[in-house]
Amino acid sequence: MIARTPLRLLLLAIIAAAVLLLSIAVGAANLPLASVFDALMGGGDDTTRTIVLDLRLPRAIVALLVGGALGLAGAVFQALLRNPLAEPWVLGVSGGAAVGAVAAVVLGWGLHAAWSIPLAALLGALLAIGLVLRIATHAARGLDTRILILAGLVVAAFFNAIIQLLLTFASGETFRSAVFWMMGSLAAASWSSVIVLSAYLIPGIIVLLLMARPLNLLAVGEETALYLGTRVERVKLAAYLVASLLVAATVAVSGIIGFVGLIVPHAIRLMWGSDHRLLLPASVLLGGGFLLAADTAARTVAAPAELPLGVITALVGVPLFVVLLTRRAV
Amino acid sequence: MSAGLVFEGRDLRFRYEGTERSALDGVRLEVNSGDLYAVIGPNGSGKSTLLKLLLGTLQPTGGSVDYSGQRVDEWSRRALAQRIGVVPQGEETVFPITVREMVGMGRYPHLGLLGRPGAEDREAIEEALRRCDVTEFAERPISKLSGGERQRVLIARALAQRPTTLVLDEPTVSLDIRHEMEIFELLAELADADGVTVVLVTHHLNLAARYAERLLLLDRGIPAAEGPPAEVLTKETIERVYEWSVVVRGHPGPGRDEGAPQITPLSR
Repeated sequence: MIARTPLRLLLLAIIAAAVLLLSIAVGAANLPLASVFDALMGGGDDTTRTIVLDLRLPRAIVALLVGGALGLAGAVFQALLRNPLAEPWVLGVSGGAAVGAVAAVVLGWGLHAAWSIPLAALLGALLAIGLVLRIATHAARGLDTRILILAGLVVAAFFNAIIQLLLTFASGETFRSAVFWMMGSLAAASWSSVIVLSAYLIPGIIVLLLMARPLNLLAVGEETALYLGTRVERVKLAAYLVASLLVAATVAVSGIIGFVGLIVPHAIRLMWGSDHRLLLPASVLLGGGFLLAADTAARTVAAPAELPLGVITALVGVPLFVVLLTRRAV
Repeated sequence: MSAGLVFEGRDLRFRYEGTERSALDGVRLEVNSGDLYAVIGPNGSGKSTLLKLLLGTLQPTGGSVDYSGQRVDEWSRRALAQRIGVVPQGEETVFPITVREMVGMGRYPHLGLLGRPGAEDREAIEEALRRCDVTEFAERPISKLSGGERQRVLIARALAQRPTTLVLDEPTVSLDIRHEMEIFELLAELADADGVTVVLVTHHLNLAARYAERLLLLDRGIPAAEGPPAEVLTKETIERVYEWSVVVRGHPGPGRDEGAPQITPLSR
């Protein structure tokens, strides 16, 4: 019973590692696994080393980090809002980020520096988080999660209107790149994004993993959580802020990638139940592995063209999820 | 168990925001260590509100509550959770969770954020499962249980806390005779043998009369009577508070509760 948790996590970690190797091996130039190993160890020829170490490895790590953060944030939001339909974007973060990014594209900032779109997206996401929190805490004493979800919905709707307004005035080319950004892509990943992202995501992921027990209780109910010794208001606020900030960071690097945060936690729940001590780390591992697989598909299936990542996660993720869901119903 | 007062409520008043009438007004109560104390009264008389004041979930608009000699709002939630097990009303689970996981949450206050469950924790869980007669479906998801089974699981979770005080809000709603009696027998045994102080809200006047040391009868937020069952459950008081004609007879026995007042509502 107790020993099952590490075994299951190990299984997911092995799967993620296998996907990682595969993802490094395939692409415009397909590499045999042996030369991938050589290059990872610093051997092999220069071209292979460049492809493996400078191009594919950083992108793969970014995929693992972003997918892990999205899977985890989804699980946390579902527990916090006691709502199985919650996902990382339900509280308006994506809307804010999209407004920032689209504004940057439309206003032409993207032409000046590579970091201007990520920065604009991050600022937009933070603005949305601040707005939602302000509305939710203003309307009720403490953080009422029912009001939080409403605040997220209206803020998202408001930002969507702004996006549509901005796009109305955009030229054809700008329109295209803005829409592409909103569908998500990891094409811009580099070692510097790996470093920035890990410095930001890893502490956040650890904080959320430590909250497994309080989240178990919150998922049952706030009153119960209080009676079992949880400082409910503090836990809710911390979970909301940390998860939102994780999501804001991913959106800056990868745009809006849907479905990972919804499907991954539910897949774990369907297989192994809802104990957050397993669910949270498993969502990180499965989310990372799943997004990496999806990104590998996105850049290889129609090569040299790249498919939008968010499209792949939905096209592949939804059928897989339906299979799990219907098998469970037996 | 140390003798003395476990809960002491002084002149408790409470009014929900935006309402005219006080939900509670002038309630005084003293719960002695090891007692089984029942709060009774018609629907909407403030019973659940009183429990929330005792547990520090709601702050009284007047008066104060002490738990074990200290103001209840001065206790940390974790310290309270190590001492008081609560069985709330109307808890609904959204996500799949097994009975064992649910009962295991009763150990959280003793474990903190990272502590690993040890032998004592596992023992407390097994004992709680057994005493509430839910061991046989320990691995089943809560959502597959009947209402009565679910209720027993919630009581098991509170017992897994190994509390010195147990607070229950209508714990035997939707239980059949056997399981209802088993719960009351269990509560009585916890109070008598283990010295646990039990406070419960119930609509079951007859069972309250048989098992509780003292009763508090609330009538629209105001205490109508307080004391041993024989003093509280009189024909006059019941008819006045519940607005229905009743007869009160002694329990025919046999058993330790022979002679306890038993109420039978009359048909019109």
